[in-house]
Amino acid sequence: MLFRLIVRKLAPYKLPVALIIALQLASTIGTLYLPTLNADIIDDGVVNGNTGVIFSLGAWMLGITAGQVLCAIGATYLSAKMAMTVGRQVRTDLFTKVESFSAQEVGVFGAPSLITRTTNDVQQVQMLTLMGFTMMVTAPIMCVGGIVLALQQDVPLSSLLLVILPLLVVAIALIVRRLVPLFRLGQKQLDRINGVLREQIMGISVIRAFVRRDYEAERFAAANGELTNTQLRAGRLLSLMFPTIFVVVNIASVGVLWFGGQRIDSGGMQIGALTAFLSYIMQILMSVMMAMFMFMMIPRAAVSAERIQAVLDTSPSVADGAKARDVPRLGGRLEFREVEFTYPGAEAPVLSGLSFTASPGTTTAIIGSTGSGKSTLLNLIPRLLDRSSGSILVDGHDSHALSLNSLRSAIGLVPQKAYLFSGTVASNVRFGKADATDEELWRALDIAQATDFVRSMPGGLDAPIGQGGSNVSGGQRQRLCIARAVISNPAIYLFDDSFSALDFATDAKLRAALKPVTTEATVLVVAQRVNTIMYADSILVLDEGRLVGQGTHQELMANCGTYQEIVTSQLTASDAEQAA
Amino acid sequence: MSMMGRGGPPQKAKAFGPSLRRILALMAPDRVRMTWVIVLAAVSVGLGVLAPKILGHATDLIFQGVVGRMFPAGVSKAQAIEGLRRQGQGQVADMLGGMDVTPGQGLDLSALGWTLTSVLVLYIVAFFFNWSQGYITTGIVQRAMYKLRESIEAKLDRLPMSHFQEQSRGDVLSKVTNDIDNFSQTLNQTLTQLLVSALTVIGVIAMMFSISPMLALIALCTIPLTAVVTVLIAKRSRVQFMAQWKTTGELNGHIEEMFTGHEIVKAFGAPQAAIDKFAVSNESLYRSSSKAQFISGVIMPSMNFISNLNYVAVAVIGGLQIASGNLSIGSVQAFIQYSRQFSQPMAQIGGMINLLQSGVASAERVFDLLDAPEQAPDAHPAANLGATVGRVVFDRVSFRYNPDEPLIEDLSLVAEAGQTVAIVGPTGAGKTTLVNLLMRFYEIGAGRISIDGVNTAEMTRDDLRRRFGMVLQDAWLFGGTIRENLAYGRLDATDEEIVQAAEATHVDHFVRSLPEGYDTVLSDDGGSLSQGQRQLMTIARAWLANPGILILDEATSSVDTRTEVLIRQAMNRLRKSRTSFVIAHRLSTIRDADLILVMDHGRILEQGRHEELLEAGGFYHDLYMSQFGDPLIEETASA
Repeated sequence: MLFRLIVRKLAPYKLPVALIIALQLASTIGTLYLPTLNADIIDDGVVNGNTGVIFSLGAWMLGITAGQVLCAIGATYLSAKMAMTVGRQVRTDLFTKVESFSAQEVGVFGAPSLITRTTNDVQQVQMLTLMGFTMMVTAPIMCVGGIVLALQQDVPLSSLLLVILPLLVVAIALIVRRLVPLFRLGQKQLDRINGVLREQIMGISVIRAFVRRDYEAERFAAANGELTNTQLRAGRLLSLMFPTIFVVVNIASVGVLWFGGQRIDSGGMQIGALTAFLSYIMQILMSVMMAMFMFMMIPRAAVSAERIQAVLDTSPSVADGAKARDVPRLGGRLEFREVEFTYPGAEAPVLSGLSFTASPGTTTAIIGSTGSGKSTLLNLIPRLLDRSSGSILVDGHDSHALSLNSLRSAIGLVPQKAYLFSGTVASNVRFGKADATDEELWRALDIAQATDFVRSMPGGLDAPIGQGGSNVSGGQRQRLCIARAVISNPAIYLFDDSFSALDFATDAKLRAALKPVTTEATVLVVAQRVNTIMYADSILVLDEGRLVGQGTHQELMANCGTYQEIVTSQLTASDAEQAA
Repeated sequence: MSMMGRGGPPQKAKAFGPSLRRILALMAPDRVRMTWVIVLAAVSVGLGVLAPKILGHATDLIFQGVVGRMFPAGVSKAQAIEGLRRQGQGQVADMLGGMDVTPGQGLDLSALGWTLTSVLVLYIVAFFFNWSQGYITTGIVQRAMYKLRESIEAKLDRLPMSHFQEQSRGDVLSKVTNDIDNFSQTLNQTLTQLLVSALTVIGVIAMMFSISPMLALIALCTIPLTAVVTVLIAKRSRVQFMAQWKTTGELNGHIEEMFTGHEIVKAFGAPQAAIDKFAVSNESLYRSSSKAQFISGVIMPSMNFISNLNYVAVAVIGGLQIASGNLSIGSVQAFIQYSRQFSQPMAQIGGMINLLQSGVASAERVFDLLDAPEQAPDAHPAANLGATVGRVVFDRVSFRYNPDEPLIEDLSLVAEAGQTVAIVGPTGAGKTTLVNLLMRFYEIGAGRISIDGVNTAEMTRDDLRRRFGMVLQDAWLFGGTIRENLAYGRLDATDEEIVQAAEATHVDHFVRSLPEGYDTVLSDDGGSLSQGQRQLMTIARAWLANPGILILDEATSSVDTRTEVLIRQAMNRLRKSRTSFVIAHRLSTIRDADLILVMDHGRILEQGRHEELLEAGGFYHDLYMSQFGDPLIEETASA
């Protein structure tokens, strides 16, 4: 999986990769040739005290070295570029993939895990790729070269390699096999650390308010301890690797002397061959050592690749169907037919048997008790969630027959939880329309009743917004979210309890300002307060996921018990009578 | 090298020394273990030098066997040497002179066996030394990393709230995951290697001096050269590594934000701006990391070059020495072997120092966070307040988040013990800020806030906050069971108490409909619970905490009104005889308050009871009228 991932990402770069191999090859040949030159300098120059030979051979040797260094640097340059290209590509793939996920898939992995996968796991893979480039040519050449040379010296003695090499492979494999599950666990625990800390930062005010410092410290210490423990176990196993290889190869050289000595004694072999043989064994050792740096990284990188691939292999549950069409400008007519929604694995549906129609130019309000499925209903429309059965029609098209792009660009959603991104006021509102001019921005802000406070912020449109919108008040956040939806001039507006943090005067002004821009749009409003919706064209009353009433305020007051209860809970008796 | 030219603005590298000292200080508690590692490393290095010598002896034994066979038995060694000289093999005869050869006798198998066995033992001993050295080092490094993560987490608690608004969450997370991870990996790889290499260099230098001080000095000349090259490269790679880990943090921050706001990104069709921002961060990460890896990758070839330079120099001068008869061939040969042994660990040290740059760059990012300015420490000795009565006084309080923007100026208010104080006003009026000041999430600029006559600034924050129960608009739940989330209000609450609180706050109703009930595990941020249900849970928490003073900041804004009525009744019981602050837009929820504060632009415009304020016909009156029966609403709602 690891190598498939890397190879696939490198596929478009055949030429640079070939160049790396060529440069590594040249550099390795240089490295192998240098000892011969060294020996020549000693044998022909130093021993005879011939400085002329030393100078000429020395110059030649330095020339070779310089060439080898240049090749090595060139290879390093390209390797670094290629390995990081792999990293960049995998990150892009992951990010794009996650952006195509629905809330359901994000929930399966968990946001903290997706974050670690995109940075930490990719780092492991790209570093292994880099190491691979350095080792993939040099180590095999040195290893195979060593074996060939050893065979040339003495075939029977070389049979020792038949024992040593498998022994090495088995030893390494044994360690690696135990490392993989540890690293798998370790990455999961890293997710956990990420998750706990992310929660702590998000909930910092609650933690401080309840003085739960110790509790949180314990929670973190548990996660921290688990990770440390796993990394300790993995580290201790890893620290076994080098000594193991050393001891195996050293035992091998002892074996060479023992058996080789006897062969020499029986006249089957020259003593010179024995010393040469020993040096080749050392060369094989060196190559294995080099490869070992890579083997040390493989288990973790393999786990990381597995985690990356798991994300890449997940197909989003909400996606364009095969027959999905682009419809450039959708109208706002909305129809629910016997829609049901059940969370995967849940027993009871959140919504069931839901049918209604909403036409352009009308406002449909949705009211109901906490947890009755109001937000879910809205989320089904832009397909943030997919209905389990039934159908939702937009402008006469089944929403599944439309491309997500054309569907979503027809919808302006103002979510219940007003969430802004770090950046500026302008960058946040432009979320709704990327190419909006400043005039358009101001117009949207005007409608959202946000002009006053935006003007008073230092920088105006370019005033910085902190992560999540933490530096503006709840009501200001909501208004910016409304501006974000308004600017896209959608055919369908979805307001999910979007005025809850607004004071009533602002709320009223906002509704008045919205009126002219929504005359041709279909508006769906989730609300808690009856007085804000009682003049809606149609009100849907939800209870436990079922539609228990549908009609105007007056109709519902007459025939819907649940609605009457809601109204009574909000207005004084006289108000209620008056309203009826 | 086009890659060298482009890229982000170069960062100034800090001095390497202080960071290094800090890193060592981190491992200081493991001093004893560190000493052990040094001892073990020294022994391993010693064994590494010893083993080849013994192996050399084994080769001699084999050679003796070969030579021994060349002569018939019974011939004495002297005769054999004489014989060789006669045959014109003077050189072999010389060698034989120094050997323990018994003519006629072949390989002494038992001697060879003994020699090899002793080497074998040596190797196996070395194996255990090497392993235990790595084993202990892993422990030292991982314990240090545990402490580092722990101190970051502890640091978060001491940071002022403003820090969390300014810093990207994902960047902090990257420090704990990516940076500490990288730091520990590099430490693990370099620590023992550096030690072994340094010890080897020292050992080899000693050997070289014992052979020829002059040649040793030549070899020593390469040390400054190596040092200069290493430092030159390391300096450059460090700047790039710093950029790499900084951009990793930025990218992590962007990703974290995008994944957190996933629904919105989806609903707006993953806007180009978000993708572009990712691409920019991704690209600069690509650039800095490939530069960093390239620059640090240059070190090994450079070291090889220097080592070969040294080799040639030694060969040339050695050759001259032989020619002039100052040194023997054998000595020069041995010396050349040693200079090989010398340059290898030198190159390794260079490589390790470069690898360390990446780790240090990460460590510095962590240190930066640990050095971030903290909130003022608690007063010492802290004021001691007995049981909470609940009289809260704001006396001429001023506060601004941003020094240039006055927010709250000269605000005074008195909440008598047991009163319910409602705060109303347009959004951005400073209502939540008031709560933030009361809880000391932010410190006031001027004036004083007191509870039962005690200045809150003189109390410890923990003591102060324990007296409050707070329910915020933004319902925060953590990954865990519903029971755990509720018990957050009071950790020692019994199951009965939890259920009682849940019943009172209407949490029980929906929890029972879940298949796992109270043991339902909530994912990262509340999972499939609705916003209203999450608010109810946070109310249950505060209920369970049974605080002296209650703060409800838009606590029921997402809760349907029927449930709200029931909760309000329950809350009225809870509020009885305790001071409470209520922020709400639904004026119906605050009509019964003992005191209503009407705020705008950080000032209290009016205060009084509902009826009084209505009669006064001011801001509150307008606000109330806009909510109940304003024609504007009729008009818009019928749109």
